[in-house]
Amino acid sequence: MILQTHLAQEPLLNVKNLTVAFKGRQGAAPVLNDISFVVYAGETLCLVGESGCGKSMTALAIMRLIPEPGEITQGSIELSGQNLAQFSINDVRKIRGNKISMIFQEPMTALNPVYTVGDQISEPLRLHQGLTKSEARTRTIEILKSVEIPVPEQRIDEFPHQLSGGMRQRVMIAMAMACNPDVLIADEPTTALDVTVQAQIFDLLREQQQRGTAIILITHDMGAVSEMSDRVVVMYGGRVVEEGLTTEILDKPAHPYTQGLIACLPELDPNPTFDRPDLPEIPGVVPSVWERGESCPFADRCDRVMAKCREAFPPSFQTGLTQKVACWLFEGQV
Amino acid sequence: MSQNSIAKPALLSNKPKPLSQGKEALNVFCRNPSAVLGFILLSSIILISIFGPLIMGVDPFEIIGPPMEPPGSEFALLGTDYLGRDILTGLIYGGRATLLVGIVAAILSVVIGIFIGALAGYYGGTIDEILMRITEFFQVLPSLLFAMVLVTLFSPTIWIISVAIGIVSWTNTARLTRGEFIRLKRLDYVLAERVIGARSSRIIWKVILPNAIAPLIVSATLAIGTAILFEAGLSFLGLGDPNMMSWGLMIGNSRPYILIAWWAVTLPGIAIFLTVLAVSLIGDGLNDAFNPRLRERV
Repeated sequence: MILQTHLAQEPLLNVKNLTVAFKGRQGAAPVLNDISFVVYAGETLCLVGESGCGKSMTALAIMRLIPEPGEITQGSIELSGQNLAQFSINDVRKIRGNKISMIFQEPMTALNPVYTVGDQISEPLRLHQGLTKSEARTRTIEILKSVEIPVPEQRIDEFPHQLSGGMRQRVMIAMAMACNPDVLIADEPTTALDVTVQAQIFDLLREQQQRGTAIILITHDMGAVSEMSDRVVVMYGGRVVEEGLTTEILDKPAHPYTQGLIACLPELDPNPTFDRPDLPEIPGVVPSVWERGESCPFADRCDRVMAKCREAFPPSFQTGLTQKVACWLFEGQV
Repeated sequence: MSQNSIAKPALLSNKPKPLSQGKEALNVFCRNPSAVLGFILLSSIILISIFGPLIMGVDPFEIIGPPMEPPGSEFALLGTDYLGRDILTGLIYGGRATLLVGIVAAILSVVIGIFIGALAGYYGGTIDEILMRITEFFQVLPSLLFAMVLVTLFSPTIWIISVAIGIVSWTNTARLTRGEFIRLKRLDYVLAERVIGARSSRIIWKVILPNAIAPLIVSATLAIGTAILFEAGLSFLGLGDPNMMSWGLMIGNSRPYILIAWWAVTLPGIAIFLTVLAVSLIGDGLNDAFNPRLRERV
């Protein structure tokens, strides 16, 4: 079903060959290397990978918020056909919060402590839609209601420190969704929350998605992937290593890294014993940006590494209906 | 202590309403005796300076009796100076000039300091380099000499003196503001503000500055004290506004006669001391009130 709709439509967001480098004294360090993926309208795409693999940097690049001295050195970010990578800062500002919005990991620090909840949610409305103060207030109460905040008429005048973590994340979502953006980037939105609250926030995100907003969910939690996403992009060391439908990826992960990620998932054992087996792990750490070079960044941690892996990063091989893998193991197999 | 006083706040109050940062700070301030003392002292000085002259309606430069009458004489409660002018009248009128210069100069120095510090801290890079070199230039200048030059170049009116003091004393505020901006600009809520498309000017003045304001209020308060001392210093050196009675001018004028008429120098000195003390007490109180980590110490 998802596939059919995808084949029929143009992608909403098309990231092509995106390379982001940080310029330092030792030269340019690529933190994102030749990233390509697409997001279709109204779908949920998961960006998966461990810390330091470039997930958040990808999100910041799409928002054009890469911190100094990083910059987009190559590639394009097309939103409905317009290349955001070449937008002037003024044009980008009109897109931010209006067409693309973002929420963060830590709801405790993502709200401004000196303004009320209402002030913060009504700001994008006044900025992008030119609403007056009272119009924005009415609209803000509606938005707070839509993110299921109880007694919004009262909460609107409260300060962030008066709200719980889950409530703050709801306010963050309300702020990001105020202008009904086409794309919402959620950067590990539930990592800092209790498990019970996590489910509520996922429900809320799913509701936003059903209203037509595409969601890019950044996570390292494969549980969240199976629960939320239509398609998955697996990133490692600043590269896209595998992508495809969630069902394909979870069912038969092809890249050794994806297999490792899924193998690391703990299972709930109904009869825990004292001699529990160790959880599988992927040995080693993500290589630093200086060590990456042209080889496959996973080569040093891969148990099926070949000589070729250290020479060049592989192109993408189609292994399933939509599944593509960047791994030399699949060369000539398909 | 009765037993139920412990259980009461937690159990009986149905919903403790958290106070906003400002209200809580006000509470802490009001429970600090030295801060309250400073506040009462400064308010009295301000009230006397505003309403005293209105009630008295005399000229502080007018000669009312023989020169150098000691305090408690039949001519003047606090004595007269070397020309026979009333010290009490001088003190009351002088408070106006002193406080006016203190406040105007402090506002000016804080405004310049915040402006420079905010831009340097927010933008960083080359802008930061340039602005900080300018700040350092002003920091290494001998500030009293520089203020003297400014006052000598222009006419020594009370406004020029305020401007001169403001121009030489903004550097600390600039450094403080810059530090706060560098700390705050990395926080998520600033990023969140950029994510919804806010412009830099809004982020600087409406997002970061309100969060940095607490230490700046403390610094501004203390700047009033510094400016008052500065004005006294300039007037003592004869660079004050000669047409406006101020405490520094009184000390400066009576300086040669200190051994004969100590009161003409000492009394304005005590007035300056009390005012600066009051301002400092308030500043310390605000500092404790805004800085939760310092509260524990009390």
